Amino acid sequence: MDGFGPVAAFWVLSGLTLVSAGGVMMSRNLLHAVLFLIVTFIGVAGFFVLLSADFIAMAQVIIYVGAIAVLVLFAVLLTPRAGRDNAETKWALPGMLLAVCLAAVFLFVIHDTSWNTIDGDPAEGSLTAAALGNALLDTWVLPFEIASVLLTAALVGAIMLTRTPEEEAEDALS
Amino acid sequence: MDSSKWYDIRDLSNLSSWILENLDKVLPFELVYVVAALIGFVASFLLFVLPSQLYLGVYGERKIIGRMQSRYGPNRVGPLGLFQPIADAIKLIQKEALTPTSADRVVMYIAPIVFVAPAVLLWAVIPFGENMVFANIEVGLLYFLAISSLPVIANFMAGWSGNNKYSLFGAMRIVAMTISYESPLVLSLLGVVAITGTMSLAGMVLWADEFKIWAGLVSPLALVIYFICVSAELNRTPTDIAEAESEIVAGYLTEYSGMKWGLFYGMDIGYALAASAFAATVFLGGYTLFGLEQWIPGWMIFIGKTHLFYFIFIWTRGTLPRLRSDQLMEFAWKFMLPLALLNLFLLITERMIWAEQDYEKGFIYLFAVVNIALSVLLVWLWARFNGYKPEAVPMRPRLVKEARGYVPTGEAN
Amino acid sequence: MSIGIEHFLTVGALLFCLGLAIALSKRNAIGVLMGVELMLNAVNLTLITFSRFSVSDTPIAGHTFVVFVLTVAAAEAAVALALAVSVYRNRETVDVDQLNLLRS
Repeated sequence: MDGFGPVAAFWVLSGLTLVSAGGVMMSRNLLHAVLFLIVTFIGVAGFFVLLSADFIAMAQVIIYVGAIAVLVLFAVLLTPRAGRDNAETKWALPGMLLAVCLAAVFLFVIHDTSWNTIDGDPAEGSLTAAALGNALLDTWVLPFEIASVLLTAALVGAIMLTRTPEEEAEDALS
Repeated sequence: MDSSKWYDIRDLSNLSSWILENLDKVLPFELVYVVAALIGFVASFLLFVLPSQLYLGVYGERKIIGRMQSRYGPNRVGPLGLFQPIADAIKLIQKEALTPTSADRVVMYIAPIVFVAPAVLLWAVIPFGENMVFANIEVGLLYFLAISSLPVIANFMAGWSGNNKYSLFGAMRIVAMTISYESPLVLSLLGVVAITGTMSLAGMVLWADEFKIWAGLVSPLALVIYFICVSAELNRTPTDIAEAESEIVAGYLTEYSGMKWGLFYGMDIGYALAASAFAATVFLGGYTLFGLEQWIPGWMIFIGKTHLFYFIFIWTRGTLPRLRSDQLMEFAWKFMLPLALLNLFLLITERMIWAEQDYEKGFIYLFAVVNIALSVLLVWLWARFNGYKPEAVPMRPRLVKEARGYVPTGEAN
Repeated sequence: MSIGIEHFLTVGALLFCLGLAIALSKRNAIGVLMGVELMLNAVNLTLITFSRFSVSDTPIAGHTFVVFVLTVAAAEAAVALALAVSVYRNRETVDVDQLNLLRS
């Protein structure tokens, strides 16, 4: 990708994404961490737009920001007397060391491999929402259906898990 | 450039460049820049369409609601009270923007900004007229949905940062309500996408123009569901449990004052206008009006439709009482969601039948008639199934106990 | 200067490792969940990058994977948060260090 626009967009987005991901790590308040997480999600959506995946970018914003982040906020509010300090466990240092080692391996692999990539833009119409729809309902229709079953199971499971004994007693009466 | 349509700004950029090119030949060099500056002035005046609409929104809403409730509405400042919004704005700017000592200052300052930015971004994909759309992206409808899911974060930030229990109640309520009403909203729009076969907003207008019918007529149930869900998400009066004054002071805005509060108030109307413009584009055919756009500029038709829809928002706000929190949630999950699913199923079936017939034009009118009848039937049946009996609705107000509502028993729970 | 596949992959890798560090080190169960979501996002970014730059007849397959990852992430978030709320009801804490009833 050449030209001022994509390059500038890349650096701005990577700064935004990584700094706010660092903010999730560093912030002392759990709710601030969630807000940083939302900024990270939006930055990743920006990357998707840059990589000509419009549909995925919009789905990312709707699902991650509109649903998951809001759910996380809700869960934080529903656990009022739990720790809000976003503190680390005693495994923090080994975990971070592991992450740093993994990052080193990743970076080495990425920069040592000679990637076989296309030059310039992808083929016209190969990465549109229509192409995605065709692929989902043609080649990938079985995983698609399984994903819908999974969502239903998750819905029922989440409702069952959060029911209080009083609610169950009420339902048994009616 | 069709010079016979000099009044038409649907091709504003072409018009100005055409004038500049021709002037360059006849006029001295400096004068061209003066003319260009004048054109720029006019163009930026037109860019004030949104602020002027906001003004109309603030003034018109108060005036119309006042009339609906047998009041005068604003009538003191200026002729007919027209300058009332300016006076309000001056008052708000003068006010001290208080911040509670125990508040989360940074989040409290950022929240209004986060609330305003999406309201402006929403207009990027809305086609005001032919070739008058800022970003004609392929997934315009999804873009609109994605951006309109952002303000709830701002509402939450506002509610949480005030460090006030009423603010937090308001934030909890608005988050719960937005999650509940998002699903029927998206499902209802999905039906429209299925029948029009495009997710680009300009493409939907072209579809309405090609088949000479509004998507709102083909899928009336989707229009109704969209309207109710969006008025819940916009937090407008029949559903404004998040800032219910009689229950939780001012909800998530309790700790806000001055212009920070003013931004929330003004942008509520901005969101309502954007939602109306979106509905006018998706359901009412946007800037087309059965051939009339040949004679009237498309953007005028579009703004007219937007305000028609916005008037219905004002109407519901002026006439309906506020619902209770649990009633609203129940309404979303037990009433709207099944109806939206049924509607989606119906529209996809029709789309498949239509595809068998090679998208013949006559069929869409048949579908419109069938869908209007089926929608009325479905709503009636589903309401009956949920235990609503129109003949049992009393003609006079009743006590809560009579109405089988919630009666506190006094026992500790 | 131009940017290529390595740049996007680097961002994805760094994001993944940050998510891993968060998931491994946070004490609050909801914080751990946020780390997992970050890791899923990084994987999505990598998949989309490969889909954009790959020499293939059907590059859209990468997008398809991302759709499934989004679905699973939504399901996972719903169940995990329900678990967190349910654990909080029983133990009044979501601290992963204190959830050690099964330790012998």
